[in-house]
Amino acid sequence: MKSRTLKRHFAEAFKSLGRNGWMSFASVSAVTVTLLLVGVFLVVLLNLNHLASQIEGDVEIRAYIDRTTKQSEYNDLQQKMEQIPNVNEVKFQSKEDGLQELIKSLGDEGKAFSSLKNENPLPDAFIIKAKKPQDTSTVASEIEKYDHIKKVDYGQGTVERLFKVTGVARNVGLVLIVGLIFTAMFLISNTIKLTILSRRKEIEIMKLVGATNGFIRWPYFIEGFTLGLMGSIIPILVVIFGYEFLHGQVNNQLDTVFVKLLPVYPMVLQLSIMLAVIGGLIGVWGSMTSVRKFLKV
Amino acid sequence: MIEMKDVWKTYPNGVMALNGIDIYIDKGEFVYVVGPSGAGKSTFVKCMYREEKPTKGSILIQGTDLAKLRERHIPKMRRKIGVIFQDFKLLPKLTVYENVAFALEVIEESPKVIRQRVMEVLDLVGLKNKARSFPDELSGGEQQRVSIARSIVNHPPVIIADEPTGNLDPETAWEIMDIFKEINERGTTVVMATHNKDIVNSFKKRVIAIEGGRIVRDEQKGEYGYEI
Ligand SMILES: Nc1ncnc2c1ncn2[C@@H]1O[C@H](COP(=O)(O)OP(=O)(O)OP(=O)(O)O)[C@@H](O)[C@H]1O
Ligand SMILES: [Mg+2]
Repeated sequence: MKSRTLKRHFAEAFKSLGRNGWMSFASVSAVTVTLLLVGVFLVVLLNLNHLASQIEGDVEIRAYIDRTTKQSEYNDLQQKMEQIPNVNEVKFQSKEDGLQELIKSLGDEGKAFSSLKNENPLPDAFIIKAKKPQDTSTVASEIEKYDHIKKVDYGQGTVERLFKVTGVARNVGLVLIVGLIFTAMFLISNTIKLTILSRRKEIEIMKLVGATNGFIRWPYFIEGFTLGLMGSIIPILVVIFGYEFLHGQVNNQLDTVFVKLLPVYPMVLQLSIMLAVIGGLIGVWGSMTSVRKFLKV
Repeated sequence: MIEMKDVWKTYPNGVMALNGIDIYIDKGEFVYVVGPSGAGKSTFVKCMYREEKPTKGSILIQGTDLAKLRERHIPKMRRKIGVIFQDFKLLPKLTVYENVAFALEVIEESPKVIRQRVMEVLDLVGLKNKARSFPDELSGGEQQRVSIARSIVNHPPVIIADEPTGNLDPETAWEIMDIFKEINERGTTVVMATHNKDIVNSFKKRVIAIEGGRIVRDEQKGEYGYEI
């Protein structure tokens, strides 16, 4: 193909977008509406996932150590724990630090415990973090078997329930997003099919005048891509500015419960690229599948 | 130039439209194809540019057999044949100028040559002043002339027209015929299916009569030969 022909195809595509004004508008609107849904949904899901990860990340195991344990055995114990495959890090917390933390976490009521400083009832402890939060209970039961371990505590029961909830939530989210994308593809391709269906005669004529399939396809390809891309503009703007606004409003309030929303950048940019790509691909896919049907004249 | 050997065409619904056609048309000839409605005239000409594929037989155009032509070689072949359709088949979203230019864009002609030749041919059919109009803004005769302009703009050796004067009043029909005469005088082969008794009988050329999918008459300087 000569470069001037490519130029011609672009000119033809944009001419056609203009002359089929209402049809183009309908296609772009369909893309806009569906990508808006996809975009908003993705923002919500990604943030829920992020929140869940933060909560899950807070899960840790506390292994309390028998008071009778000798100092030299502490190191052995720590090494042994660090060698468990799923363990990320093992920190030692002396009983003094433990009490300090307890007092702090209880706030005003904690002051009552201050008097205990001299006769600290807490044992020394190791704080263990699993590589994957979901492995916590396995690691905990492993550590429980060791000598000198008095008690293992990781919020048994609660944690298992937490993981069940976040797991289910993630799967539901995934199913919803996949369903949404398929619905979007169906909706958009149908609208675009309509616009091209109305051009069945056009394609037939072009073929009778001696145009090759490639020659006919190019402008439709460009047109479909442009329709999809144009449809992604509003969703992208809504995602960027909407999320920036939401982030500013909500994030500070979430601070009180020690979680954060996903930072605005780079997430909105990644989402924008994704929306543009989905829009373009769906546009091309929609126009190409419908053109293919009519090329056999 | 154009040669059909034992051409048969049966449509998928079982209608036998052509039943053993043998014909030879020489370069530069002017040929009328006449016959009653449903005789197979349109099928006959459609086979010449492969809108329809014959069930049996061979159709040679400048030595290439259309019946055996591969799908991807069809566009190239169609560019050698200018076709004028009874229903014009103009692209509705393109202007007169753009419709004619399309036939040249397809062969990747340079914009400069396209501009020059399109204006030339629009001048020939007398539509220079309507270059920017859209097909639905034109009368039937004007649309037919656009369709003629498109068919001749790339100087094909053969022009095939199916009832080009079918929807036109006698005066416009004659204007169209003048264009065909001129193209033919330049050496282009013209094949024209028609019901127009007046034209066939006054502008005398070779007449091929088809009835029931067979050639029943083939005379030089022939008559229309049917009552309307
Ligand atoms: N696409 C098609 N599918 C099935 N049958 C067809 C098709 N086209 C034409 N026919 C049939 O083939 C026969 C010949 O049709 P054709 O169009 O060639 O006639 P014609 O001589 O051009 O008639 P007219 O003068 O009315 O245009 C007719 O019986 C017609 O019904
Ligand atoms: Mg006919």
